[in-house]
Amino acid sequence: MIGIEHYLTVAATLFVIGIFGLFLNRKNVIILLMSIELMLLAVNINLVAFSSFLGDLVGQVFTLFVLTVAAAEAAIGLAILVCFFRNRGTIAVEDINMMKG
Amino acid sequence: MIQADLSVILPEIILALYAMAALLGAVYTGKDKLASAITWSTSGLMVVLALWIGTSGSGSTTAFGGMFVDDGFARFAKVTILLAAAAVLVMGQEYMLRRGMLRFEYPILVALSAVGMMVMVSAGDLMSLYMGLELQSLALYVVASMRRDSVKSTEAGLKYFVLGALSSGLLLYGASLVYGFAGTTKFAGIIDVAQHGEVSVGLLFGLVLLISGLGFKVSAVPFHMWTPDVYEGAPTPVTAFFASAPKVAAMGLFARVMHDAFGHAISDWSQVVALLSVLSMFLGAVAAIGQRNIKRLMAYSSIAHMGYALMGLAAGTQLGIEAMLVYMAIYVSMNIGTFAFILMLQKDGQPVTDIQALNQYARREPGKALAVLVLLFSLAGVPPMLGFFGKFYVLRAAYEADLAWLAIAGVVASVIGAFYYLRIVYYMYFGEEAEELDRTGSPVLWVFLMGSAAVMVLGIINMFGVDGAAAAAAAALVH
Repeated sequence: MIGIEHYLTVAATLFVIGIFGLFLNRKNVIILLMSIELMLLAVNINLVAFSSFLGDLVGQVFTLFVLTVAAAEAAIGLAILVCFFRNRGTIAVEDINMMKG
Repeated sequence: MIQADLSVILPEIILALYAMAALLGAVYTGKDKLASAITWSTSGLMVVLALWIGTSGSGSTTAFGGMFVDDGFARFAKVTILLAAAAVLVMGQEYMLRRGMLRFEYPILVALSAVGMMVMVSAGDLMSLYMGLELQSLALYVVASMRRDSVKSTEAGLKYFVLGALSSGLLLYGASLVYGFAGTTKFAGIIDVAQHGEVSVGLLFGLVLLISGLGFKVSAVPFHMWTPDVYEGAPTPVTAFFASAPKVAAMGLFARVMHDAFGHAISDWSQVVALLSVLSMFLGAVAAIGQRNIKRLMAYSSIAHMGYALMGLAAGTQLGIEAMLVYMAIYVSMNIGTFAFILMLQKDGQPVTDIQALNQYARREPGKALAVLVLLFSLAGVPPMLGFFGKFYVLRAAYEADLAWLAIAGVVASVIGAFYYLRIVYYMYFGEEAEELDRTGSPVLWVFLMGSAAVMVLGIINMFGVDGAAAAAAAALVH
């Protein structure tokens, strides 16, 4: 029998993978964007699982909001990334180092 | 029913509709030629809305089934946010125009982020909290990389975006846990579940993740790493904006969530907030010592100041919230003056950010140097200035809430922090010979610099009534 705890475990695992993807990745900014998306989707699994468990629709409404905002966020992230690439000619994470301190 | 709801959020609707109309209008007609006009009209509208919100409205009303709260606390924060945003828009206009980066999108994005900030401080539900926060953040990411042809500006935008998105993710995960374990997203429902002593582990996890997400937004240590880079890389007018209105909104949201949703479990979060506060104060004070770039220095200064504001929140009392609001109002007015000065600094038409360039500044521009001296003393918290009273308020609130160790740590950190403010004063008055900076200065910046310095001196008489308004606002939030 699959219960709420299984859904929560999957969501927590995906969320942690997303966070590790952000911090351990040294190659490509696109992977950062994918990690962020993974984190937000983990949250969505959480919300839908809770919503179904509680018999309360609010969680699913919240999920729709999160999905919409995630799309807008990805669009803005990619736009900034394009501007950065035009100036710097690279999107490697280790090259985002003009400012330090 | 819907009309009653809409009348509560009328200021937000007006500002949002104005921003959309201005965007459409500018795209179809003059584009960047209209940029100055839109800047002035946006800040004019913001001032009008601030006056309207400040004078009208009383008591506490909710709209959309408790999702949106309009009370004294929200009104105080909104007036501060709108006035700060209006001031910063006017201040930066000439700087951006001279460097050809005043695009018509800039005031519109600032207006949209102001709408987000107004929703944040009025949030009564995890959903409106998230929507307000994202509306604010998404506009700020774009504004940070406003200068599309500069590596530094786009890099600042990219860093801000990645870390901001991470913080939104943490906050959202916390919100989902709170929803699951409290069974509702409404603050009014969460507070009934989160009674002291019976907060479930899941709810506690959610609370801690919410605090980390909000800590990113107020740039509290250990979630501060984006702040110096973003402040340095973004164009100076944008940095001035980052250091004012969004900080007030984030602190307002922080206080709103902690008291409206977790107000019956104060002992569960006040230690965490106290830890963020003490770390921010010390890191802000110590790390700024080695900085040569005045924008980076102001970034660490704002981290330290957020530490003091968090001290008021950590007290968990009505007095603490009052102290926090007074502190934020004073902080914003100091920062506007300081950034007006930073915007003036230029040599051969190029902006200057090195503090060494200020050597012997007092000999050439005694009036401005005196105003900067007053502002820096106030930032450091030297007694006769208003900044001292802000610190005094939060220290007293912490002391009366049995957080004497935090108050003592605050005093020690402010002594350490005074060093780097006083060093700038030293350079200005006793520094060695240096090449002269341009003597140009726009009258607008001059007015903001002198006005802000005058406020720091004259405000000690009665604080212009801000403390009374803050007390009323705190009474509306803390029950």
